[in-house]
Amino acid sequence: MSDKFILAIPSKGRLMERTLARFEEVGLEISKSGHERGYIGEIKELPQVEVSFQSASEIVHFLKNGNAHMGVTGEDLVREYITNADARVSFLKKLDFGRADVIVAVPRCWIDVHRMIDLEEIAVPFRKTHGRRLRVATKYMNLTRRFFSRCGVLNYRIVESLGATEGTPMSGAADLIVDITSTGTTLEANELKILDDGLILSSEANLISSRAADWTGISSEIGNEIIAKFGD
Amino acid sequence: MSAEAVKQFEELKDQANVVAAIFSDAGYEQIVPSIIQPADVFLDVIGESLRGRTYVFSDPEGEELCLRPDLTVPTARLYLERFPEADTKARYAYNGPAFRFQPSGSEKTNPREFFHAGVERLGGMERDIEDANVVAILVEAVQEAGLENFRLKIGDLELFNALLKALEIPNRWQTRLRHQFWRPEHFRELVHRLSSEDQDAVMTVPPDLVAELDPGKPIEAQKLIAAYLDANNIPMIGARTLAEITQHLLEEVEDVRTEPLSTEAANLIEAYVGITAPPRAAGARIADLIAESGIDLAKELDDFRKRIERMAEAGIDFANAEFSAEFGRNLEYYSGLVFELNVEGMTDRFPIAGGGRYDELLQTIGAPHMVPAVGGAIHTERLLAAVKGEL
Repeated sequence: MSDKFILAIPSKGRLMERTLARFEEVGLEISKSGHERGYIGEIKELPQVEVSFQSASEIVHFLKNGNAHMGVTGEDLVREYITNADARVSFLKKLDFGRADVIVAVPRCWIDVHRMIDLEEIAVPFRKTHGRRLRVATKYMNLTRRFFSRCGVLNYRIVESLGATEGTPMSGAADLIVDITSTGTTLEANELKILDDGLILSSEANLISSRAADWTGISSEIGNEIIAKFGD
Repeated sequence: MSAEAVKQFEELKDQANVVAAIFSDAGYEQIVPSIIQPADVFLDVIGESLRGRTYVFSDPEGEELCLRPDLTVPTARLYLERFPEADTKARYAYNGPAFRFQPSGSEKTNPREFFHAGVERLGGMERDIEDANVVAILVEAVQEAGLENFRLKIGDLELFNALLKALEIPNRWQTRLRHQFWRPEHFRELVHRLSSEDQDAVMTVPPDLVAELDPGKPIEAQKLIAAYLDANNIPMIGARTLAEITQHLLEEVEDVRTEPLSTEAANLIEAYVGITAPPRAAGARIADLIAESGIDLAKELDDFRKRIERMAEAGIDFANAEFSAEFGRNLEYYSGLVFELNVEGMTDRFPIAGGGRYDELLQTIGAPHMVPAVGGAIHTERLLAAVKGEL
């Protein structure tokens, strides 16, 4: 039986600030225990809760394995790192921040390409001419695979890109990208355009619970209290 | 190994012996293709859904390899190693492990590591006899292994392709329709789109530029497009050249100018994919359907009927069999007959056995010419579970 309720929240930047602010709004004040740069915190109103500050992607793994009961992170990361996400976690509440779209973007000069299915059409001649498949740069390997497959696009190769993905078509490291965008300015600066049906996921920060966590004892009660605070 | 796992291991071994004996008695040569395969070859020929489930890795020299997700492609590669000219008839049988990632977790009927026991016939010219033999021996094998109740499902990708050809649909549309064949939703949407006036292919390019483009004058077109890009401050980036972009754009322009697919043709295609019938009645059903449209599939229908009769001659009982026009295996390499054996209690997504004809595969992976080929395999763990009634 678990005697502690673990809540994992982002440890850095605007995501952390917005999370803390959102919890405060609903009457749950999170503070760091001990050193300011530590990674453990508490909630005054719910003393049984241990707050664990983690990177947004680490939180996904905590939720997946049940090492946290609840957490705040982006839907994009959850769907990327957890196959079968809906069976392993519950999305409890959209938190109205951390908005970003995961999209498919191609060079603007591809004026002949505007839908996903066009990619498949250009893929075959591309391969004949260049002796390789179209390269898609992304850090979202799984989202990309699933989406491309659903759209009937088969002839491509993923190149993993862990930063500055938008620059890869310009530098020649890739031909197109799957990435997050919030305003589109970075895409424009890199001479890219989003495909008409290239929206993979509209993501934002969510309050999420783990199905793998130990929900015996006091945990389920605390969970319900937090959910009640956030309301419908 | 737990006691249960040991028991399962022994039972699978006994079952494998039964199946292997049937294959050997019928004159198939037992082979053991490599488990580790070059990733490229597989990724090229298998469908995307299987591609996403293949275990791919790099070795210390950076070569991309995979654990084989099936044994058909490794068997075809082995054949080409033995006969680079692909000029010999061969009949192979195997029983070996294959590997597939299971997104919903590994379980008894869907383990990530399982055995495929099957046969492949390469280079046989009498297609109907070859096809019938493969289906017949797999049916015999599962029956000998103790499976009593199962359904045989048959499809035919060649008939579908012939239908598209006979309807005189532009080549690019045929490719697209074939491509979406096994995604019913996309397929319906595509048929609908091709048959409507507004083909939406007008794209992001302004209509006045499109109006000026003449598919007969590619060089002119290239100049016009270059001027358009300049005027709009769109730089050329990436590997695709202006010539490639122009060529594809001109194809799209031709699409827009092509008469849309007639309503009759669209309806015919949809009615065709909707056909399910007992195998022996299917030929007549299809013939009825196309009778009024004036298209001629006499030869293909004849081949189809002949194949069905060969199956009957080979001892296949059609009491529990069905032809489904929509049924096309989710593997890109199938080109003709496709079939599956299903049992009650397990969805059709998890057949006990399946296979089909793959005449184009060998040439794709390096044979100097087309090699007719057909084969099929039993998913041995599922067969065992079905025989024991543990579904």
